[in-house]
Amino acid sequence: MPTTAVSTPAPQGAGRQPQRVSGGLLDPKQLLRSLPDAFRKLDPRLMVRNPVMFVVEVGAVLTTLSAVRTPSVFAWVITAWLWLTSVFANLAEAVAEGRGKAQAETLRRTRTTVTARRLVGWRPGATDTVEEEVPGVDLRLGDQVVVEAGQVIPGDGDVVEGIASVDESAITGESAPVIRESGGDRSAVTGGTKVLSDRIVVKITSKPGETFIDRMIALVEGASRQKTPNEIALNILLASLTIIFLIAVVTLQPFAAFAGAEQPIVILVALVVALIPTTIGALLSAIGIAGMDRLVQRNVLAMSGHAVEAAGDVNTLLLDKTGTITLGNRQAAEFLPVHGVSVEELADAAQLSSIADETPEGRSIVVLAKQRYALRGRGTGELDRAEFVPFTAQSRMSGVDLDDSGEIRSLRKGAATAVMRWVRENGGHPTADVGQLVDGISASGGTPLVVGQVSRHGAVRTARVLGVIHLKDILKEGMRERFDELRRMGIRTVMITGDNPLTAYAIAQEAGVDDFLAEATPEDKMALIRREQEGGKLVAMTGDGTNDAPALAQADVGVAMNTGTSAAKEAGNMVDLDSNPTKLIEIVEIGKQLLITRGALTTFSIANDVAKYFAIIPAMFAGVYPGLDRLNIMRLHSPTSAIASAIVFNALIIIALIPLALRGVRYRPSSAAELLGRNIWMYGLGGLVLPFIGIKLLDLGIQFIPGLR
Amino acid sequence: MAPPVLPAVLRHHLAALRMLLVFTVVTGVAYPLLVTAIAQTGFSHQANGSPLATNGEAVASSLIGQNFTLPKKNPDDPNEVPRPDPAWFQPRPSAGGYDPTNSGASNLGPNSTKLIADIRARRAAVAAFDGVSPASVPADAVTASGSGLDPAISPAYAYEQVDRVAKARHLAPAQVRSVVTQHVQGRELGFLGQPRVNVVELNHALTRLGHPSALRAGR
Amino acid sequence: MDDTLAGWLQVIALVVALALSFRPLGDYMARALTGERHWRAERLIYRAGGVNGDVDQRWSVYLRSALAFAAVSVLFLYGFLRLQSHFPLSLGMKPVSADLSFNTAASFVTNTNWQAYSGESAMGYLVQMAGLAVQNFVSAAVGIAVVAALIRGFTRKQTDRVGNFWVDVTRIVLRVLLPMSVVFAIVLVAAGVMQNFHGAYDIATIAGGHQTLTGGPVASQEAIKELGTNGGGFYNANSAHPFENPSALTNLIEIYLLLVISFSLPRTFGAMVGDHRQGYAIVAVMAVIWTASVAIVTANELHSVSSTVGHTAGAMAEGKETRFGIWASALFAVSTTLTSCGAVNSAHDSYTPGGGGMTIFDMMLGEIAPGGTGSGLYGILILAVVAVFVAGLMVGRTPEYLGKKLRGREMKFASLYILTTPALVLVGAGLAMAFPGERAAMLNSGAHGFSEVLYALTSVANNNGSAFAGLSANTVWYNTVLGVIMILGRFLPMVFVLALAGSLAGQRPVPVTAGTLPTHRPQFVGLLTGVILIVVGLTYFPALALGPLAEGLH
Repeated sequence: MPTTAVSTPAPQGAGRQPQRVSGGLLDPKQLLRSLPDAFRKLDPRLMVRNPVMFVVEVGAVLTTLSAVRTPSVFAWVITAWLWLTSVFANLAEAVAEGRGKAQAETLRRTRTTVTARRLVGWRPGATDTVEEEVPGVDLRLGDQVVVEAGQVIPGDGDVVEGIASVDESAITGESAPVIRESGGDRSAVTGGTKVLSDRIVVKITSKPGETFIDRMIALVEGASRQKTPNEIALNILLASLTIIFLIAVVTLQPFAAFAGAEQPIVILVALVVALIPTTIGALLSAIGIAGMDRLVQRNVLAMSGHAVEAAGDVNTLLLDKTGTITLGNRQAAEFLPVHGVSVEELADAAQLSSIADETPEGRSIVVLAKQRYALRGRGTGELDRAEFVPFTAQSRMSGVDLDDSGEIRSLRKGAATAVMRWVRENGGHPTADVGQLVDGISASGGTPLVVGQVSRHGAVRTARVLGVIHLKDILKEGMRERFDELRRMGIRTVMITGDNPLTAYAIAQEAGVDDFLAEATPEDKMALIRREQEGGKLVAMTGDGTNDAPALAQADVGVAMNTGTSAAKEAGNMVDLDSNPTKLIEIVEIGKQLLITRGALTTFSIANDVAKYFAIIPAMFAGVYPGLDRLNIMRLHSPTSAIASAIVFNALIIIALIPLALRGVRYRPSSAAELLGRNIWMYGLGGLVLPFIGIKLLDLGIQFIPGLR
Repeated sequence: MAPPVLPAVLRHHLAALRMLLVFTVVTGVAYPLLVTAIAQTGFSHQANGSPLATNGEAVASSLIGQNFTLPKKNPDDPNEVPRPDPAWFQPRPSAGGYDPTNSGASNLGPNSTKLIADIRARRAAVAAFDGVSPASVPADAVTASGSGLDPAISPAYAYEQVDRVAKARHLAPAQVRSVVTQHVQGRELGFLGQPRVNVVELNHALTRLGHPSALRAGR
Repeated sequence: MDDTLAGWLQVIALVVALALSFRPLGDYMARALTGERHWRAERLIYRAGGVNGDVDQRWSVYLRSALAFAAVSVLFLYGFLRLQSHFPLSLGMKPVSADLSFNTAASFVTNTNWQAYSGESAMGYLVQMAGLAVQNFVSAAVGIAVVAALIRGFTRKQTDRVGNFWVDVTRIVLRVLLPMSVVFAIVLVAAGVMQNFHGAYDIATIAGGHQTLTGGPVASQEAIKELGTNGGGFYNANSAHPFENPSALTNLIEIYLLLVISFSLPRTFGAMVGDHRQGYAIVAVMAVIWTASVAIVTANELHSVSSTVGHTAGAMAEGKETRFGIWASALFAVSTTLTSCGAVNSAHDSYTPGGGGMTIFDMMLGEIAPGGTGSGLYGILILAVVAVFVAGLMVGRTPEYLGKKLRGREMKFASLYILTTPALVLVGAGLAMAFPGERAAMLNSGAHGFSEVLYALTSVANNNGSAFAGLSANTVWYNTVLGVIMILGRFLPMVFVLALAGSLAGQRPVPVTAGTLPTHRPQFVGLLTGVILIVVGLTYFPALALGPLAEGLH
């Protein structure tokens, strides 16, 4: 596997605070904009999908009928607030969807009708093709189109001819153009993006209406949203709680009648609505949508909500070394001369041999020599009579031949075996300490580059090894801490690298990953995923190449890089538009945050009921059993004000929690026990105490309203 | 001959029935008979209901309370409440009249007006009967037990009755009191239950000091 | 020694005895349920019963066996009761009426032992022994068998087999219940409980009157009545009856017996799942609830001035036996209502509103602390599933318990389980209160009268069987409705438990990591206790407000 030359864009998330998955803030105007949608969603055919809120709506209808028959201020106030409760619930969902809609709108603009230049009878290298103009929507799978500078690519496909720079800002938001070329792992282009230079031929790989952008629009709009497994499970629990409370209230009437305190329908409905878990019921779908949305804001597209949930469950992260754990390139870290050679001499030779080397490694050698040994980097033009020898796959070394007034001095740097063979061929005998240096560097995870020199003075040839350059993988900053964090979260990290086991081991040690897979082939990767899954673990990975596709498909969370091939993008269940492999960690955090938000609000919602009972039960029955007034521990003003306060609180808490539902609860990576402890205190105890305060405060105001006194 | 093939449902239930019969034999017949055999051999007094005998004739089970009342004036009047016999230590009130074929409690609730009235009436009656102040009548003297067969009373209630019994029997109170004291049972193993006096055993012991019917006849 | 110290010592002695039994009995039961080898006697039983003891059953077959066994048992017992006069040892008792026979058959098969009859005046010895007491054994064994199947659901990997119903029941009866019953029946006899076949006989009393004394094989029935958390008394007064429970010592033994299996089963659970800490966490939750409940009921009963009767009499002595006193009565009351046993040694109807209300709440908890034999453990495990689900979300993972994921299917069965009993209690009580005729069966009036009805429905739906006995429940309506509710309250949850077991067994276990919610720590004990109290409290608060709360707060 090549470990060089895959340049990755600067990580987008670098500027963000890594500790905290933040979400967008709620714009109050968004609430207003979503209001019409919220009313539209009152349609019972839509409401019935949410059993909890459907019960509220049915209750609202019942109280409306009751209020019409026997009007009173109290009945109308309760009725109004029950309707508002339903609207607020819909509003939460509408707001969450509204954010997606705004994004979809931007995307849709890029999908404006494009005219495609279809090539008829194209085959590689052909020049005799006929070109016809068709609307972009008429393109079929397998059509070839030609796109030139300034034109918009009419559909998703793979470049089959040519190379071009493409502006993909429409989908990634990244203004820097990217290179797309035929063959290899950078051949995929997306419909709606714009070619900036050159000419390419693209083979269309998507059906009309099913392009990447179409899918993105559908995803962010939530059009194809289906309930995720965990959402379904939670819904079942909420539905059964709702039924329990319904039964508790319906059967209360004969008990109350026996006690001589038969209750009006308005109060019974109020009690039901107060008890059933409306808070979580109202916010549940918004939480799911917002979770997807948070990914979108990080330029990650999840193909399903299931994938987001699975991300929270991940046990094992497979991380590519290059670009994820280390910066893309190795850098020269040290010059190690052999016995008898000064370090300056070696540095000078290394620098000279690298002047023409434009690879990042080569440049880092020049820079190191300059910084450490004040050797000025000489331009290629400065050295006359210098002949540069480029790197080839056969020679596996590069360097320079200098003609220094008759003495021809050849300098080579390269793989140890290649350079040593070259020295031997020229009559030199590399000393034993070369081997030791090389092994030492390899063992520490570095890459040794041996520098050799052959001097020809007439017929006299002296060949020797000067020393070794230590090329080192540079770890990304903060990765070690990140892995520690993941370990505390119970996630195992496995580094995937093409390096030999020795090198891989050293880097794994330094980075602090739990395990590594060296000399990894796609088959090895696949086998590793299968093995982990056999043990019941969920695996997440990133990938970009076509040969990653099977593993991406096998992994529970497969994040394809947007720079990757369309095969990879098809196989994964998420696409990272920034093509930043480090983001996998953020994705896991967002998945966890989504589940935590659900759990926290469920706990909060149920804990709320305690206070509501203490408000409503004494209000209902203190008349016949005056002793029950001792349960009115909030000392609410009157039965009507108590019940109204509870219902108003119940509705307002939904609005108050919309921002939390959209943003997600604060998530700090830590062990399960710590997380649970924190969240129970916050949302369990908070949910217990807060409504006592809230209902009391509302009662302090409501008691002055005529008719509710 | 091929065995008849039964539908699966029937086969299931048939197996269940056979298992039930097996368990009936093992746990419903063999088990109680085994226990009875061991009990009758090893613990025949307890196994036969801890009887108390006078002259070889069983007169009580020491576990089951009895009535110590005067004969009814009109034995045929079902509404006549028998009056307590002052010559005997009186047990607690009983919801079932100390009839072992009708065990049970009053089941009156903690705020029952009927029960409150009953308690007040009993308190007054007991206080008058024993010649003590109503306030000093202990709770067990005015409340019915759970079984309606409680053979025991509190030592306080027993001592309260000493003077009355002594007087009715023409005995020295100290003599009766000493019998009571002999019959005060402490907590079992020192910490289980409550100290108490078994009225049946106590009254049975009294018979050795002379039978009350003889006394009554001579009065 | 004063009352308080003696009371505490009694509680401590009980706790020590239970603690000492926890490991040996729990481990022994685990071995009985997991051992490969059959005893010879067991093979004989399988052959006699015509069942195959060597194959494991799918959850559905396991369930079908349990239901078939129950159906046959109800019919058999019904016939037995209807025809008892034709059998020997009937003591001349009349055939039991149709509705009462149905009610009684349902009651004993469901491990409820609700008794709308009075044993000394309605049941002959043969029906007591070979009819009712047989169910005392097997209904207890069925509960343990079902929980064994559930535990296997947690421990097994990707299989559809959860065990063999007949093997589980036979082993529990033969290896656990029968030997313990024999030993403790003898212990009870030695301590004064009767065991004979005398029938009723007249004696001339000390004071010259007449008394009809009763006989009977009481000790053998008493032992399994407590041990199997059945609670059906030989006599009407149940464990208040001096022949069933003659002393404070037998009282403590009986409390120990009715608690010991259910309190030891968490050890069995820990042993079977291979992590004893899981068992300790569950038993800790049970112990916390039990201890708090003992404290509450005892304090209420001691604080006699909280009710007018207590105030008038000077102590809450009404309905309590002198030999037990308040401490031993309260300890029994709590233990019996928290175990689905339902034996009583005092009249709960006459308890203070706080004490009596607490016994209702104890049953409302779903008989889980420690609950009936087996049913208590599966009840608390279902609640643990619910608690883990909510808490598991809060740690950011698809919730998992003991390595098995809690997804839609699992939550469906758990939700149906927690829905069933409250629905039966509340709908049943609602119906009873809606029909004026049924209300008339109350002995007491007002809030306490409602408490009697609420107690009855709570008791039968949770398969407890004790009563606020003032309610005259031997009517066609109550016998029928309560009988149906007992059957639904026993077997619907069992269906859901076994379905859940099947669903769990089919899963591939998830490895435990630092990100997994730990279910063996004090944190989880607190969480589970909180979830139980809040869910139950919220469900029943309105009903309790109109019963014990209205009674107590005045």
